[in-house]
Amino acid sequence: MNRHSIYEPENAKILNIREQTEKEKLFEIELESGEPLDHDPGQFVELSIAGVGEAPISITSSPTKEGASFELCVRAVGNVTNALHNLKINDEVGIRGPFGTGFDVEEFKGRDVLFIGGGLGLAPLRSLINYVIDRRDEFGKTAILYGCREPCEILYEDELDQWDEMTNMDLHQTVDRCPEGVCWEGNIGVITTLIPHVDFDPDTTIAAVCGPPIMYRFVMEELKNRNLPDEQVFLSLERRMKCGVGKCGHCQIDGLYTCQEGPVFNYADVKDVEEAL
Amino acid sequence: MISKEDFEAFVERLVKEDHREVVGVQEKGDKFVFDELKAAKDLRLDYDVTILPPKKYFMPQRETLVKYKVKDGHKAVNEITPRIILGIHPYDLEAIRQMDKVFSDTYEDKNYLKKREASVLVGVNIENVSEWCFAGSMGTSTIEEHYDLMLTDIGDKYAIEIGSEKGFELLDEADVMEASEDDISAVKKKKEGVKEKFEKKLDLPPEELPILLERSYGNTDFWKEHSEKCYSCGSCNLVCPTCYCFDVKDFNELTLDEGERIRQWDGCLLEEFAIVAGDENFRENRYQRYRHRFMRKGRYIHDRFGDIACVGCGRCGSHCVPDIADPTEIYNDLKEVTK
Repeated sequence: MNRHSIYEPENAKILNIREQTEKEKLFEIELESGEPLDHDPGQFVELSIAGVGEAPISITSSPTKEGASFELCVRAVGNVTNALHNLKINDEVGIRGPFGTGFDVEEFKGRDVLFIGGGLGLAPLRSLINYVIDRRDEFGKTAILYGCREPCEILYEDELDQWDEMTNMDLHQTVDRCPEGVCWEGNIGVITTLIPHVDFDPDTTIAAVCGPPIMYRFVMEELKNRNLPDEQVFLSLERRMKCGVGKCGHCQIDGLYTCQEGPVFNYADVKDVEEAL
Repeated sequence: MISKEDFEAFVERLVKEDHREVVGVQEKGDKFVFDELKAAKDLRLDYDVTILPPKKYFMPQRETLVKYKVKDGHKAVNEITPRIILGIHPYDLEAIRQMDKVFSDTYEDKNYLKKREASVLVGVNIENVSEWCFAGSMGTSTIEEHYDLMLTDIGDKYAIEIGSEKGFELLDEADVMEASEDDISAVKKKKEGVKEKFEKKLDLPPEELPILLERSYGNTDFWKEHSEKCYSCGSCNLVCPTCYCFDVKDFNELTLDEGERIRQWDGCLLEEFAIVAGDENFRENRYQRYRHRFMRKGRYIHDRFGDIACVGCGRCGSHCVPDIADPTEIYNDLKEVTK
């Protein structure tokens, strides 16, 4: 962290850009210092583009990834993210962070892990998925449930194939709908329709859930039906963290700061917080 | 102790000779403001309340955090004007104490803290009470620490209490004399007397606020009723000495190759405050925003920092156009409905 000011971004360079879908690109970024970001899965950075502004972006790469670079999977939706999409390899951006509380990997160790990702929610989830894959011996069985609206919105297609081929990793995918003429042989239906297909033991399983706000309510209900205790569910919430350091007030969920106590919360801690879900 | 005559001469010397900017309470129309002092005679230590609290000197309404050049990246900026601030009431000193805590918690906000370090705080005990003020109920009508100097008007002279090394050094040039037993008891009487002067009062000890607010969170009718006339204008946020939320924006030079990242005051009562990407608003109803502010003042900040973040200055109530922001009305009503 910069010693002069918590608001001064560090220069960083775009090493690689991979198009994911029409709206999402995967950016590989390295700090000018050459130091690794040193983050936990589930944490975020403030990405700065001089003259446009800053936006909080979850880190999609695992800290176990080789090399000093890290990855951000960004959908072009606002000023900063659209400006980022216009940048090219070797262009510079600013980075502050990592910030916030990510997934508590110690809690996950020795357990079976159920990942549930909806849409762009797979981006933060991927930091934990790859962490678990890189330290496979430390975790039990794993299953990934991933849902998108349409097949054209699927992220990390190559990686999904790899995950699918891994032993001890159970991948289930679904799309809400499939337009005519698009090839899709998988499940059609919302993400909750996948949950009955997964066999997990509520005593030994811990779930990491990440998706749009609307998804949580239905997923939680389904997990409850399967007797998974609230304490064994972690979820990542999205708010507009403007400062990232617990000052500006924008990301408050009632008394909680998404940028400090979150973005990853234990479900038991937020289920009764009205503004959370 | 210092005679009023000598005090004015002392302030005049500061204005003329000190390298720091001297700021003091002055008249503006029929109200009072903290502003740069041009002459000692403009200082009004008998004011009731200022429009804005002195927070503006440590967290200006707009300030540059970062300067950037599109080609070279970002550079942190902290524009500091060292200041001597004259005439801060105890409730505002308490608010500054709380803000010091907020801005040094976990991540130190140097933009605030360095400005604070470069300031000398000269307090004054309340002589005249604003009709909206309820500092007596909040335990903030007097304060025994967290100032550099504290003045008390006792007739033809001011008693000066020294709160810090900084304060002691400032007095170097002043013609001060030892306080007599009588002076000390006069100050004590003044401080005790002020507690009785407030028209507005809480019907409960402030320590009860966190639990009362927690219990009433789900009482949607209560919050809807009180916020019905809210304009969502954020005036209550703007004048509050413990509101510190801000927005951050980039402003480019016309050349588009450089510019400044600026933070400016923001307010949780404004409709767009809690909007996230995709335009979802997590506090889209007026009553939710209104409730959030009270929860924050009396409960959330208390849970985090241990302070009730309302110091009883009454500025929010006095600046609210539909007159629905007076905290004593809300808190006293809260006590009634949670019985």
